[in-house]
Amino acid sequence: MNQQPSSTCEVVVMLENGLHLSPAAQIVKTAQAFRSTLVIQKGDRRIDGKSMLDLMTLAAEYGAKLRLETSGDDAEAALRAVVALFERNFDHDAVAGRQPAG
Amino acid sequence: MKLSEFVVRDSILIDLRAETKDEAIRAMVESLAKAGGIQASEQEAIIGAILKREELGSTGIGRGVAVPHTKHASADRLVATIAISKDGVEFASLDGEAVHILFLLVSPHERPGDHLRALENISRHLRNDNFCSFLRQATSSKAVIDLLEEADNNQLG
Repeated sequence: MNQQPSSTCEVVVMLENGLHLSPAAQIVKTAQAFRSTLVIQKGDRRIDGKSMLDLMTLAAEYGAKLRLETSGDDAEAALRAVVALFERNFDHDAVAGRQPAG
Repeated sequence: MKLSEFVVRDSILIDLRAETKDEAIRAMVESLAKAGGIQASEQEAIIGAILKREELGSTGIGRGVAVPHTKHASADRLVATIAISKDGVEFASLDGEAVHILFLLVSPHERPGDHLRALENISRHLRNDNFCSFLRQATSSKAVIDLLEEADNNQLG
């Protein structure tokens, strides 16, 4: 049996308001552009990173550590794209000064 | 945090007659004000803030559900209301589907954790197909409140 390639990475939520709806939607949108699956783990909980409802059940606050795991033929690119969102802090600065998106 | 504690009972709309996002949000905030969940004098400001939030990205999260929300200085605790639309509201949702279940939240600025926990709570129950279908079939506010209490007590299976 062929083992699907997979990639993992740990990230920390650096959003002041935690991983609320807008950043969660960015994760879903980004992950859905790839064939690979995305599993996000917080503590013992593992959820589907392509599901908005699943992501919201994480309630990941500022400082929460998350483990990202992609599996599939484009696992590495998928992981890179999602990690990039965290590195840019979901373009949080771009909306600074406006009504905070919750 | 329990659904039956932050959902303002008298504000629940079990037969929302709104076709657009704007109409739906207005009806829900007005109902919240009428029930005393928010200050009536802040009603228009809160409607404006929620609509502005929607411009940044729809809160229609898929599966026929939307969670419009805002923080507002006049709120001293997190409050929410629920509306059920039989015909569905066009909400520019992530999956393009019309919305039948709406949870609208207003929370204080200084409590981002409460907002996250309320979203966690709502979404955890909405993943339960029983919860969604019972909610959509509810014919009275009392039935919705009973359902919220059962969900809080994990009685829905």
